[in-house]
Amino acid sequence: MIVLEKRPQPSKAWSYATPLVAVLATMVCGGILFTLLGKNPIEAIGTIFWEPLFGEFAFYYRPQLLVKGAPLVLIAIGLSLGFKAGIWNIGAEGQYIMGAIFGAGAGLAFYPLDAWYVFPIMVIAGAFGGWLWASIPAFLKVRFGTNEILVSLMLVYVAEQMLASVSLGLLKNPEGFGFPGSRNLQAYDSAHNAELIAGSGMHWGVVTALIAVIFSYILLNRHMLGFHIRLTGEAPRAAKFAGVNPARLILFCLGLSGALAGLAGMFEVSGPSGVVSIDFNVGYGFTAIIVAFLGRLHPVGILLAGGLMALTYIGGEIAQSQLGLPAAAIQVFQGMLLFFLLAFDLLTNYRIRAARSEVA
Amino acid sequence: MKFTSLLTSAAMALGLATTAMAEDKTKVGFVYVGPVGDGGWTYEHNKGRLAVEEEFGDKVETVFVESVPEGPDAERVMTQMALEGADLIFTTSFGYMDPTINVAKKFPNVKFEHATGYKTADNVSVYSARFYEGRAVQGHIAGKMTKSNTIGYIGSYPIPEVIRGINSAYVHAKKVNPDVEFKIIWAYTWFDPAKEADAASVLIEQGADVILQHTDSTAPQAAAQEAGNVITFGQASDMSEYAPFPRVSSIIDDWAPYYIARTQAVMDGTWESANTWDGIREGMVAIGEISDAVPADVKEEALALKAAMAAGEYHPFTGPLKKQDGSDWLGEGETADDGTLAGMNFYVEGLEGEIPQ
Repeated sequence: MIVLEKRPQPSKAWSYATPLVAVLATMVCGGILFTLLGKNPIEAIGTIFWEPLFGEFAFYYRPQLLVKGAPLVLIAIGLSLGFKAGIWNIGAEGQYIMGAIFGAGAGLAFYPLDAWYVFPIMVIAGAFGGWLWASIPAFLKVRFGTNEILVSLMLVYVAEQMLASVSLGLLKNPEGFGFPGSRNLQAYDSAHNAELIAGSGMHWGVVTALIAVIFSYILLNRHMLGFHIRLTGEAPRAAKFAGVNPARLILFCLGLSGALAGLAGMFEVSGPSGVVSIDFNVGYGFTAIIVAFLGRLHPVGILLAGGLMALTYIGGEIAQSQLGLPAAAIQVFQGMLLFFLLAFDLLTNYRIRAARSEVA
Repeated sequence: MKFTSLLTSAAMALGLATTAMAEDKTKVGFVYVGPVGDGGWTYEHNKGRLAVEEEFGDKVETVFVESVPEGPDAERVMTQMALEGADLIFTTSFGYMDPTINVAKKFPNVKFEHATGYKTADNVSVYSARFYEGRAVQGHIAGKMTKSNTIGYIGSYPIPEVIRGINSAYVHAKKVNPDVEFKIIWAYTWFDPAKEADAASVLIEQGADVILQHTDSTAPQAAAQEAGNVITFGQASDMSEYAPFPRVSSIIDDWAPYYIARTQAVMDGTWESANTWDGIREGMVAIGEISDAVPADVKEEALALKAAMAAGEYHPFTGPLKKQDGSDWLGEGETADDGTLAGMNFYVEGLEGEIPQ
């Protein structure tokens, strides 16, 4: 018999080791999956992890890692603050959409004015849109004690309907022959979130994500508010004695994560995507939850996890076109990553021990 | 260390393989919006891809990526295909329009074919099928067969292509059954079996005994089968696994001849940017077998309608027709021009509800 025994103290070593073990286990099980599909597992996993970084066309894929990873990191950083304090914002996808709508809307309102201040206004509008959307569950929780998990999640679907509505109406391209979707912001210089250095993938969203990582690190380690966030999550009773105001903390954590998700949406719509369309959102808000946990809710961990996630997306597409792996297999592969992470996480708090048989 | 060196050699082998193939084979890429197993839209495009492989054998290599979101991800997938030496890339969803144009600019020597869009360039063609011709046949059968006089319609997105289909089906249902009514639900998706099934159930609860769909999965067929007394039509693909009932017929998109012709043109060096809009006549739109659940006389009329369109004698939008607001659209005997059809953003007279704005 094998039993799980609670550790007196969570194991520090395991908390660092689990992400690595999870990645290795994913590679092994993913390899078995690919073998069953009739592919060479080493070639498949090699394609996914190696090709985007060091392959023949890495000059194109490396910048793409930044483009794909930046929104994930930006959103996950915001979410991690709340998660640390036990405040669960599951609706980042909706806040991402609202940020895009507000940001693009602000930009398009100025069209075709050519002025330096258009883009900064869009940035503020985008953050405001996301903040506003996240503040709804925050306010309802503080005022009426509603569950922020449900409210924020449900608001994703409301945001999706708003997105469809503005794509078909308010923000529809007047020169689009009746087709849904806004003007392409890439063609409007004042509003275009262009690459800062051509071909580098480095746009303002990437810069903001990196700044967010740094600020989040400082906040959590050097600032009273960060201490309160950690304390609330780890020891709620102690937090109360320390004078933490839970209502303020909820408003801050949800509001900030909403604002960051809104920024991510705004940078995406004004840059890589270009248009507000019905299908604009592709799940960054949900994937960011995985990224936040994969990164142990630690700013630097999130940065690495965002990169890893982006790598599996891009590598997965390459594996599809080069090796003919089905998209579903790639999704299973990504799913395994979270699954194994959660599974091995158990070892942080528990240890496995062979039970002695006792005489009855 | 060993693992890394294994990876290196695998990656190198891959790199060599791709460059070697690029030299003598024509490489054709396909970008799909859904999974190849959707049983509808993407399934048919993939059949077109397989037809290209069969036609040219060793002279061609095809690659595809499925379930690609419309936006920056699509742009990356196309770039990746172009980098890896694709000579011709088919991008098979409306939302791939701007990404296709963006990538085409960066790779002037690669030819691009974008389905159902309207933006062209020197190396970008657009192609689409006149699905609304098939809708006319569908509307005719639906109008004849409905007993509740309520026809349910699952729309995907309120874009001209879908609105055209609704109008065409309605005009022809109304022609044979003046009491017919359309109930339309917008699913805002091309492929989402759960949403499509929900939409079908709601329509059936509202009394619809015919379900028409402009979404790609077979979920509405399954919902109709469960209800027992509701008929459906296959969309984009034959969906014959639900024949003879509830699926009584279908509109099939046959992309194979077009894909083969365009691949041939690239091989011959005769490829030119074009705007193709083919229908029943050219074989891009086909009507799936009309099952025995349809009375013989209705079947005969439907086939006659199809034959008239194939011969170019009949246009589904022939006047007199009015717009929903009662204003005149087409006079007696007048037919709609392609420009109006391409950007169609209004309902014809008699349809209820508004196009979502």
